[in-house]
Amino acid sequence: MSTSVATNPTETLAAWESTFNQLADLLLDNLQAGEHLSIELGGEQSHFMRLNAGKVRQSGLVTDASINIRLIANQRTAYAGFPFTGDLSMDSALALEQLQQLRQDIPQLPEDPYIVLPENYGSSREAYSGQLLAADQVSAALLPTVQGVDFTGIYASGPIVRANRNSAGQKHWFATETFVLDYSLIAPSEKAVKATLAGQTWDQTAYTEQIQQSITQLQVLDRPVKVIEPGQYRTYFAPAATAELIGMLSWGGVSEASMQQGGSSLAKLREGKSLSPHLTLKENFSLGLVPRFNSLGEVAPEEVPLLVDGQLVNTLVNARTAKEYQVKSNAASGHEGMRSPEVLPGSLSTAEILAQLGTGLYLSNLHYLNWSDRTGGRITGMTRYACFWVEQGEIIAPIKDLRFDDSLYEFLGAKLENLTDTQEFIPCVDTYGARSLGGSLMPGLLVNDFTFTL
Amino acid sequence: MKFDLHQALNTLDINADWVGLRQVNEKTTTHAVRDGRPQSNGRDFTQGVMVEVLAQGQFGYAATNRLDPASLQVAAEQAYQQAIATSKWAVHSFTPAVRPKAVGQYQSPFQQPLDLISVADQLDLLVKVCDTLQVSDQIVKTSAFTQTLETEQIFVSSNGTDTHQTFGFVITNYEATAQDGSVIQKRTDNGPLARCYQAGSEVFDPDQVLTRAHQVGEQAIALLAAEDCPTATTTLVLAPDQMMLQIHESVGHPLELDRILGDERNYAGSSFVKLSDFGHLVYGSPLMNITFDPTVPGEFAGYAFDDAGMPAQREYLIKEGLLLRGLGSLESQARAQVPGVANFRARSWNRAPIDRMANLNLEPGQSSFDDMIGNIESGVYMEANRSWSIDDYRNKFQFGCEYARLIENGKLTKVLRNPNYRGITNQFWGNLAQVGDSSTFAMYGTPYCGKGEPNQCIRVGHASPTCAFKEIEVFGGAA
Repeated sequence: MSTSVATNPTETLAAWESTFNQLADLLLDNLQAGEHLSIELGGEQSHFMRLNAGKVRQSGLVTDASINIRLIANQRTAYAGFPFTGDLSMDSALALEQLQQLRQDIPQLPEDPYIVLPENYGSSREAYSGQLLAADQVSAALLPTVQGVDFTGIYASGPIVRANRNSAGQKHWFATETFVLDYSLIAPSEKAVKATLAGQTWDQTAYTEQIQQSITQLQVLDRPVKVIEPGQYRTYFAPAATAELIGMLSWGGVSEASMQQGGSSLAKLREGKSLSPHLTLKENFSLGLVPRFNSLGEVAPEEVPLLVDGQLVNTLVNARTAKEYQVKSNAASGHEGMRSPEVLPGSLSTAEILAQLGTGLYLSNLHYLNWSDRTGGRITGMTRYACFWVEQGEIIAPIKDLRFDDSLYEFLGAKLENLTDTQEFIPCVDTYGARSLGGSLMPGLLVNDFTFTL
Repeated sequence: MKFDLHQALNTLDINADWVGLRQVNEKTTTHAVRDGRPQSNGRDFTQGVMVEVLAQGQFGYAATNRLDPASLQVAAEQAYQQAIATSKWAVHSFTPAVRPKAVGQYQSPFQQPLDLISVADQLDLLVKVCDTLQVSDQIVKTSAFTQTLETEQIFVSSNGTDTHQTFGFVITNYEATAQDGSVIQKRTDNGPLARCYQAGSEVFDPDQVLTRAHQVGEQAIALLAAEDCPTATTTLVLAPDQMMLQIHESVGHPLELDRILGDERNYAGSSFVKLSDFGHLVYGSPLMNITFDPTVPGEFAGYAFDDAGMPAQREYLIKEGLLLRGLGSLESQARAQVPGVANFRARSWNRAPIDRMANLNLEPGQSSFDDMIGNIESGVYMEANRSWSIDDYRNKFQFGCEYARLIENGKLTKVLRNPNYRGITNQFWGNLAQVGDSSTFAMYGTPYCGKGEPNQCIRVGHASPTCAFKEIEVFGGAA
């Protein structure tokens, strides 16, 4: 018999927690001798509103959650992912069916020497409620303020949940109610002011003030665009641009598995090279925006230093990698990418950025980064949004887009002159498959002779 | 009890101008082996329904994975409320004409059913692939990956649409990493995950798979001793497995009408193409012929109807270098008033459809591969994408490949490593100098074309012959 359909976020989260725990109990009770199981839940009830030219392009709600179970038996393992609806009778039938299917798959697999059995690393429960706009109020709250400007972007809000149980007795529950407004104000020149507003409580006054600030910034973009020839320039990367550059290290940089298997862009740091002594990078979970537990239920230390004063002091290691290479796990994700990165600030005051830059490029954001030579640490990408040519400490004009191609061993090495003495929180606004959590804490970077190519 | 979408539509109580229900059920199996040892093996199942409602000229949507009448009724009411609440702010006032009645079926082509190959057989093959890739002790990592997907999509609507499409997808990837001191090179089977098809288990023919795996291993080793790609402005010849990326980034994305209309400007960007360019813009040389074609058998993004119910058919987007039409759905065509195609597609039940490129192909020309190379005094031939980056107007790009050969006096000579090239879209296609004939034609794809807010990773297919471009900037890796 179906239970009633919860539409209120608080009711949804309560129903999901209750059903998840009952479902997990059922699965664990059905385990046979010699079987081990881990159970993960990810879910959201999201309102998505897509905006273009100060109007609504698409708007709707998505209620979606799924379970991933991993069965281990006889030194073999396999997983199954399937929908979680919050209705115990529906979910139980499907979960037991999937468990049975895994029992048929596992004997067909080769032995896995690097299996990590579930352990009880300790349990946790975090739940953060929010004060969010009702779905039918969003357009009226957002759009009157942006009439007369070319406003485009996405508003996403609602509860998100991550949970984990296993056959060793561990229980983790993380739930939060958040919103993200990720928008661009676009000038007639097609350059844009890009900004985000994110949190757990919608504040109409803060929104209006931020939009007014963005509109003021937009006026600078009305100046004629300056074409910059390829070459090497002093360059300031605002925190959002720093986040793009540092984010590349999650793509085959700081992973121990990648380091061991010939795929890391930071391999030269193990061979004796170092980066700038100004640069310190760490995983910092004290921000509390993402769960500290990974898919195995391991709980990461509150801080994991990765680069300290330009030296590689740690990589990210999950338990499977730790077992394979006989190193110590620091509870990294399966991907061994950063979940809550922070670059420590330097000594460049915000007021001094343009003066210290002198003549060069002020880049508010970057776009479409990729390795042009991963093991050589070389990155290519594009400037994007509000990027300016600066002469003698004064903004002269927005620039036509430029492509760069340079090695991180250079621009995070000897060419890195300083970092700002303040950081900005750059929220993760990704919605691939599901809304992401968290973000990064980044300062701005002042780099000498950064290489632009096209 | 089995969920009946038709019955669910009939029992909905909603006062709207149009209602559509799109159900997607998808089963995925994934197997990955590294160095002959299991890495990740499992299956995923997703199902859900997207409810779309048109009221006061605006669509609202609500999607749920809970398939019962009460949940669908709640979703329909939520969708209706969204339509009403946002209609005052609508980008465009739509009519049901952008959701035409469609009735029909589609089934992916295959020679052998996907379930003909067991889990044990797949793993056995993947272990053999790793063994075959290991052509030398200098191969420090081998990987083999397969994914099969069985997708069922049912679309019913209040104006009589009733379509049922079933798809079988196969994705494979085999790769070898070679190392000699500080030199590390990776070679894959036509680029990471490039081998994507609508097919059955015939894709796992061991003889063909292992022959290709041996070549991947041999070429990884060859790259260790190769010279870096020189820095030069020269003739660039691209194999179909790199043409795939070139077409995708510098033709597909800039021709998407929703980008041109501004929907993507906050995320993936806009386009250098303007609405006024259709019918007028010379996009490339007269050798350039690009078609949108979801009807090619076996190509990754084939279908009979898009997610608006528009019948899919082959259309020329660019003919003899001239831009004719955009990649725009009925919604985009209503907004832009330029011709488009049947390309309104959603990643799954939990996303609303947007303009996507589906199969986008460069039609074959007249040159055999030997004639093409024979006509080039000096140049570089590149295969298999490994790096991609292009600006938000889809103009300035830089792409890298896995493997290259020098062309000297009409012949392929030395192997080159770390090959990259860069250019500007319109100039680049204007320099298209030779297009290979059908003997050089090959079909690839990717499961991960990202676009949209909220994001959607979608499947696209690309087919192309080998092509030659004159006066292109090429260069190597970091010293």
